[in-house]
Amino acid sequence: MAEVAEQEKVKKAPSEPLFSKKNRKLITDPLTDNNPITIQVLGICSALAITAQLKASIVMTIAVIFVLGVGNVVISLMRNIIPSKIRIIVQLIVVAALVIIVDLVLKAYAYSLSKELSVFIGLIITNCIIMGRFEAFALANGPWKSFLDGIGNAAGYGAILIIVGFFRELLGSGTLLGFKVLGDPVEKTGLFAFGYENNGFMLYSPMALIVVGLIIWVQRSRNKALIEQE
Amino acid sequence: MEHLELFFKSIFIDNMVFATFLGMCSYLAVSKKVATAVGLGAAVIFVLAVTVPLNWLLDQYILQPGALAKTLGPEYASYDLSFLSFIMFIATIATMVQLVEIVVEKFSPALYNSLGIFLPLIAVNCAILGGSLFMQSREIPTLGMALNYGISSGIGWFLAILAIAAIREKIRYSSVPAPLRGLGITFILTGLMAIGFMSFGGMLTGSDDGNKKEKVEQAIKVEDKKKEDVVKKEEEKSAKTTTALNQ
Repeated sequence: MAEVAEQEKVKKAPSEPLFSKKNRKLITDPLTDNNPITIQVLGICSALAITAQLKASIVMTIAVIFVLGVGNVVISLMRNIIPSKIRIIVQLIVVAALVIIVDLVLKAYAYSLSKELSVFIGLIITNCIIMGRFEAFALANGPWKSFLDGIGNAAGYGAILIIVGFFRELLGSGTLLGFKVLGDPVEKTGLFAFGYENNGFMLYSPMALIVVGLIIWVQRSRNKALIEQE
Repeated sequence: MEHLELFFKSIFIDNMVFATFLGMCSYLAVSKKVATAVGLGAAVIFVLAVTVPLNWLLDQYILQPGALAKTLGPEYASYDLSFLSFIMFIATIATMVQLVEIVVEKFSPALYNSLGIFLPLIAVNCAILGGSLFMQSREIPTLGMALNYGISSGIGWFLAILAIAAIREKIRYSSVPAPLRGLGITFILTGLMAIGFMSFGGMLTGSDDGNKKEKVEQAIKVEDKKKEDVVKKEEEKSAKTTTALNQ
């Protein structure tokens, strides 16, 4: 992953200053070596419960990208006028307003999905990624950099969600986005013809935690620098 | 009985951490030592016990569709402010946390020092907002039940963080594979504990279903008896009338 990202950087290097090396690092870093979920331990709260299906994970990713991208810009624009004592309340109000927009849009255009996500859309407000990025980045940097940082971190978060969602839906119900990729379990076609069975346990919430644990294992054994020292 | 049921249900079956993943960030970040875990857990119970009933009142008298009719008069019955609930809940929580911080600092410096940095952190703990949102979506009926729900789900969260902190203190001495050390093994442990907690699932629901079925069956039997009685009476009547006519 890191090599591919570096190659892309080299190719795009002589482009416009908006995407200078530093700025691009803001997007690519959270995708791999500084991932919000597996390294920074942020935003696990509202993430794992909705990863039983790939579709819900993708919708959640889009919602978080929107909220974090726009929210980072808003906070960054206001960073000089927010009194530091009440900044948490100001940040919460900005996020809550953005999340209400997401919630209403979902209710209007994808009602059944918004029922399925239930309170977890609301819980984006207290998603630690969002407050964490506001505190650590948007309060100290300009709007464009904050926007890139927001998109990058939300995408890094979404990458983990989508990986978890992919495996849980594939192994749990044998489908991807609702399509029966492994065959039909009732009519015994595809893999099911050979005696394959769905692992229904993948759909229960504890498996999300274990899958994330395994992802961390894979990531850290590929990049030894990330291993925790105690 | 209702209260007891809700109490055990929120602690064990719908445990905040193991069933709904609420408050995972601070659960993972602050569970390295038992002492700090206890401090944060106590703070969470306290704040949940204050904010859930408060938000219940807000929900009942301002936010629910038609709730304004109760507070301002019947001409406001058509208003539906439920889209504002996120912003109202989070504002209540943030202000209550700051208020609690000021009060505790003033009247009990010892408790304030032991809770330390955890109190302001709690405003952004998903478990707190999650408590209020679940209170709304599960339609908790009374203020007392809301208070009960707040306290008991706080206790559930407390239990979870206490258990994981104890395990993490011990696991430092065992040889975990290097890449899994720290965060990775904590995730897997939490997963295993969640599987354990799933076994509480049938504790209340199973007997509930049984009771309901029995009740329904009894009701059906009673109705059948009534019908039989009515039929018998009619038969008797018709028999009497026929005998009367014959005479």
